[in-house]
Amino acid sequence: MIDTRGFGCPTPVLMVRKALQKDAPAALEVLADARVAVENITRLADSMGYQVTEAPDGPDFRLTLTKK
Amino acid sequence: MTKNRWVRDYGPIVLAGLITGAAALVLTALGNPKNMGFCIACFERDIAGALGFHSAAKVQYLRPEIVGIVLGAMLAAIAAKEFRAKAGSSPASRFLISLFVMIGALVFLGCPLRMVIRLGGGDLTAVAGLLGFLAGILVGIVFLKKGFSLGRAYPVPAAEGAVLPGGMAALLVLLLAAPGLLRFSSEGPGSQRAFWLISLAAGVLVGAAAQRSRLCMAGGLRDAFLLRDFRLLSGFLAIWTAVTLGNLIMGSYTLSTVSQPVAHSQYLWSFLGMALAGWGSILLGGCPLRQLILAGEGNGDSAVSVLGMVTGAAAAHNFGLAGNPDSVVDGAYQVGGTSTAGMAAVLLGFAVLLAVTLTHLPKKEGAR
Repeated sequence: MIDTRGFGCPTPVLMVRKALQKDAPAALEVLADARVAVENITRLADSMGYQVTEAPDGPDFRLTLTKK
Repeated sequence: MTKNRWVRDYGPIVLAGLITGAAALVLTALGNPKNMGFCIACFERDIAGALGFHSAAKVQYLRPEIVGIVLGAMLAAIAAKEFRAKAGSSPASRFLISLFVMIGALVFLGCPLRMVIRLGGGDLTAVAGLLGFLAGILVGIVFLKKGFSLGRAYPVPAAEGAVLPGGMAALLVLLLAAPGLLRFSSEGPGSQRAFWLISLAAGVLVGAAAQRSRLCMAGGLRDAFLLRDFRLLSGFLAIWTAVTLGNLIMGSYTLSTVSQPVAHSQYLWSFLGMALAGWGSILLGGCPLRQLILAGEGNGDSAVSVLGMVTGAAAAHNFGLAGNPDSVVDGAYQVGGTSTAGMAAVLLGFAVLLAVTLTHLPKKEGAR
């Protein structure tokens, strides 16, 4: 689980990129608190071959990245 | 990439860029200074002057554009359920960084947005600023890759997030109801202004468009080099395109390095001033325009950044740090530029940014 809540651009994207590059996990859960972070993480994940599903988590967003 | 996806990813940002460029052209045609239809640094400096925070008589006016940008961003964020009050990400460091971002921008004579607008008017002296801005961003990227971060912000009461929008609304009330309390330039850039309601409306429009599209000058170059993501950069290019085409159509495009409006040809310090602004913008997570937008979305740290920039503008003029435009005196062309104090302030700014950077790197090994 990567918790990007509270970080400004581009830290959330860099946190996710680092996790994907390091272990190339089959799936990764990410928490985000801003729509802009969700958009940016989704674009990054897509470019790295991951599919993203999004669900609300209280006021935040829970993203599940799954290898395509 | 399919056509639909391109439109989804690039449509809003390109549209926001075109709107911003068009707004700059319209405001210039209606009275704002040439090649400065929209300049966050210049307008925050004018506001600092209007409030008496500095005494430079030529740059004092409570610019409704800035009020409009913050309120437009806030309205757009509320409509999209994106208004979220948060704060606590190194606010003091942000204040300091912002102060020097403003000094760097005023040494160059314009924020990153005005840099693009100057380029769109054919002002080749702004190329030095663009190269410096890029260099500063690349330095910032080096440290982002090493894990630089100003830390997390945390949820705070909504009233905290409403402080800067509320303050902006109060400034508008002052402008309309108690102008006697404010200072107004009678000559120079501060005296050149469009009708307040048009300025306010343009600000609201640009603020809302920038909030929806995440338009950011520094973010455009940062994402292109760091992430190979060209979305934000397309907004930057859309502004440039709109302003260039508009100026060509209106006959106000002058491709030259001399006699450009409110610009100087002291290239080294234009380069270094914008390098300072670029590096600082990367540390802040966005350019001066983006800080206004984030403050409108309820980000208290960005509100502190805006206050830091206003303070930096006051310092720049109280201590004679800002650049002076090239001018013609007794028929002779005189190159302007910054003073020795301004040069020292830029160098001090680099030292401060380096200190802030080094103190906000991860303690353990773990470069990103």
